[in-house]
Amino acid sequence: MNMKRRVFLKGTLASGTVAVAVGAGLLTSGQVLAAWPESAFGPRSFSEALKNLHKSDNLSASDAIEIEAPDIAENGMVVPITVKTSLGNVESIQILVEKGNSPLSSSYDMTPAVAGFVSTRIKMGQTSDVVAVVKSGGKLYSARKEVKVTIGGCGG
Amino acid sequence: MSTIRIRARVQGDVAEVRALIRHPMETGQRKDKKTGQAIPAHFIQQVKCEHNGKDVMTANWSASISTNPYLAFDIKGAKAGDKVKLSWTDNTGKSDATEANVG
Repeated sequence: MNMKRRVFLKGTLASGTVAVAVGAGLLTSGQVLAAWPESAFGPRSFSEALKNLHKSDNLSASDAIEIEAPDIAENGMVVPITVKTSLGNVESIQILVEKGNSPLSSSYDMTPAVAGFVSTRIKMGQTSDVVAVVKSGGKLYSARKEVKVTIGGCGG
Repeated sequence: MSTIRIRARVQGDVAEVRALIRHPMETGQRKDKKTGQAIPAHFIQQVKCEHNGKDVMTANWSASISTNPYLAFDIKGAKAGDKVKLSWTDNTGKSDATEANVG
């Protein structure tokens, strides 16, 4: 427990978001250490989620982004998603499920020390386009791919 | 035992980091089949990734990441023996961290 953590906790208690105030590491300044973007995960609307995260939902389609995902996901509980991009200066990557209850599935804040690549597994409740958004040089680029879901993975 | 398993392999000057985390990732939308009670949301919100003590990436997750999450990413300019550390925190304030050597 260092002093910075104390100060930080006080600050977040005041603003009422204690849940994100975990981990002393969150205190150091730096782009990748922002708090969990609660306002971007809440909205049910795709563009609202993007606006809350980036202050813009203006996406340029890009061939430099590749989404690896199954055409048909038999089990919506576990849908592997990989996003690769050859764009430079990648600041962040988002994975969104357009028809999801809350479309923003995950967001990755990146330093130049990591490559434009991320892979994870997500839950999908129904057939939807999966959208990858890459923030590069302050602009938003995107690609999309439809994933057909046979058995949904949300609720149940 | 840690909830995190990390494998980091160097390929050229890139370390391929692959991690598996043991976590229920409850959405809060499921109901207990016996009692009918809603199962409260319980999911990892942030995973912080460090390379030799330096933050390189932060993953912000929603509950829509699958149970027992998988995360893969590549660290540039890495070599064998480097340290990779992952630490997660969830919406209930729990956390865990694990460090591994790049092999």
